[in-house]
Amino acid sequence: MTRVTEKISFQDQLITRFEERLPFLFGDPEARKAAALLFSEKGFPTRRTEDYKYIAPDILFKKEYGFRADPVRILTEADVKKLSMGLNAYVLVILNGAFIPELSSISEIPPGIIVHNLADAVHSDETAKAHYGRYAQPAADPFIALNTALNEGGIFIHILKDAPNDRPLHILHITDNATETFLQPRNLVVLDDNAEAVLIESFETIGPVKSFNNALTEIALAPNAILDHYRVQWEGQAGHLLSTVQANVSAGALYNTFTFTLGGVWVRNNLNVVLSGKKAETHLFGLYLLSGNQVCDNHTVVDHTVPDCMSNELYKGVMNGKSTGIFNGKIFVRPDAQKTNAFQTNRNILLSDDATINTKPQLEIYADDVKCSHGTSTGRIDEEALFYLRTRGIAETHARKLLIRAFAEEVVDQVEIDLLKEYIETRIDDILQ
Amino acid sequence: MITIKNLHASVEGKEILRGVTMNVRPGEVHAIMGPNGSGKSTLASVLAGREDYEVTEGEIYFNGKNLLEMSPEVRAREGLFLAFQYPVEIPGVSNINFLRTAINDIREYRGQPAMEAKDFLALVKEKQKLVELDIRLANRSVNEGFSGGEKKRNEIFQMAMLEPKLGVLDETDSGLDIDALRIVANGVNELRSKDRSFIVITHYQRLLDYIVPDFVHILFDGQIVRTGPKELALELEEKGYDWIRTHTVEL
Repeated sequence: MTRVTEKISFQDQLITRFEERLPFLFGDPEARKAAALLFSEKGFPTRRTEDYKYIAPDILFKKEYGFRADPVRILTEADVKKLSMGLNAYVLVILNGAFIPELSSISEIPPGIIVHNLADAVHSDETAKAHYGRYAQPAADPFIALNTALNEGGIFIHILKDAPNDRPLHILHITDNATETFLQPRNLVVLDDNAEAVLIESFETIGPVKSFNNALTEIALAPNAILDHYRVQWEGQAGHLLSTVQANVSAGALYNTFTFTLGGVWVRNNLNVVLSGKKAETHLFGLYLLSGNQVCDNHTVVDHTVPDCMSNELYKGVMNGKSTGIFNGKIFVRPDAQKTNAFQTNRNILLSDDATINTKPQLEIYADDVKCSHGTSTGRIDEEALFYLRTRGIAETHARKLLIRAFAEEVVDQVEIDLLKEYIETRIDDILQ
Repeated sequence: MITIKNLHASVEGKEILRGVTMNVRPGEVHAIMGPNGSGKSTLASVLAGREDYEVTEGEIYFNGKNLLEMSPEVRAREGLFLAFQYPVEIPGVSNINFLRTAINDIREYRGQPAMEAKDFLALVKEKQKLVELDIRLANRSVNEGFSGGEKKRNEIFQMAMLEPKLGVLDETDSGLDIDALRIVANGVNELRSKDRSFIVITHYQRLLDYIVPDFVHILFDGQIVRTGPKELALELEEKGYDWIRTHTVEL
């Protein structure tokens, strides 16, 4: 008699996990089942999946991740303060995928800003109920499907019309595990008509292992709302992060987004913005500074579905060591979307022979009265400028630093929170040391 | 100050300098004149340490130290300054940040503490007057959007800030109108001292009306074919470079 031991793939383990957990998960079980089915059919993207071909996520899941999140140490208020960059913000802590109100500045949050545990809100809050799952479509991406099926919530933020926009809201994602864990936080941010807010999401790994974070944030801007959304990623050398943002921008609303990737061994950013009402506007800024074996893949989609909208995108990257950068920027201009203005620029500097950048602008324009442009460039550091600086007595390392900072400045200058800007500049300097 | 002996240098395998020898003592101003393609700018580049230029033979000693063994930044810190023929525009690097980094890197090399911000700004203000450079340096990037004249004045301003022992001016007069030329030359003359030397590279005699040299060298086909007092420049201006050409062939 022979015994065959068959190794169960992580993908199948996820499905098993789903079936076990389903009775305890919030929201509509049918929607979760449909999402789980989509995931089980598609599986993890591979190098044959066009949108994931450079990073082939399936390779990461040849090994196993746990689902239980066991923090290595007890997080204190002092830790939170340290990780929150000294910003004067309302801090909202997500530890290993779960919202921790006790460590968040809940008591300070002024009237007009509603913050809840998403899992509860989807059952008790009409706004959460109306918007949850409405924008992120499981069919669009296996990671959205997976998050939709298995997420156990995160934070729900609702900014009412007259809410004060006095301090930013800072969602601090902290990963701290003893064993490698698969985490799926889910957030929902809704701004009412004319509401204004600033949202910062930062990602920190303080534990010793490489967990995988499949984070998804849905954002809904009602007409004339304004949101500045910063994503700041420096996961040390421990993190694997896939961060999806699905934003819906209504008429006259403005969505400004900033993505700074200054760390993390493997980072994939999916940023999808749908301009769904006339005169909606979005600005997408990104900066990625990579070294060692880091991989950072920025996929952005701007979807102009109606006339008179405006989008502007500027992503810049610096790659050193054996790092790999990927930029893929899709712009759709739908047949009705006349008088669209859509601009996109991606610029890169390679500092070493072993560093790589794959950049691809992708414009699909189905309207005829539009202004669209895209440009991409990849180069090395300007040797002539480097020589000029050195002839003035400046050390080569300092000269390189000045030039790279100058290159990054165009994006960093867009940051309107002075403390955050300083913090990012300091981190850039640290990386260049 | 600087001794150049039998200097041969090539670019991409092509020999440009074919045995240049000259000696500059403290306080002296040496002019190097020559037609296009004679190797004038190559000499300036080799002195500053540009990597594309390969020295195949000869030596350069700068205050007793082997210049050719030094990186461009060490040459600068030892007191050599090159005013570029084409100053480089560096978008995003502010003039002030650039100069402060330069001064402090030089001071560190010399074992001096970093300059206080207050002293630095006072120095900037003082030296800007020297070349009538009235632009808001703090807010602007290095040479970005500067006119031709402003760029050249900025070179002399930087030289004044860094106080080198030897200033090499590579066709600083090119592209300048007569007013800008006068301002630039005045700036250089202000910096002349018994301890500071200059090598002034120029195509035209005009500049030497303002910066009066102690010696004039004529560079032709990679060699110094004639050396004389300042009157040599006038003779060359009068007779033209063809005079050198035929004269050299006769030799």
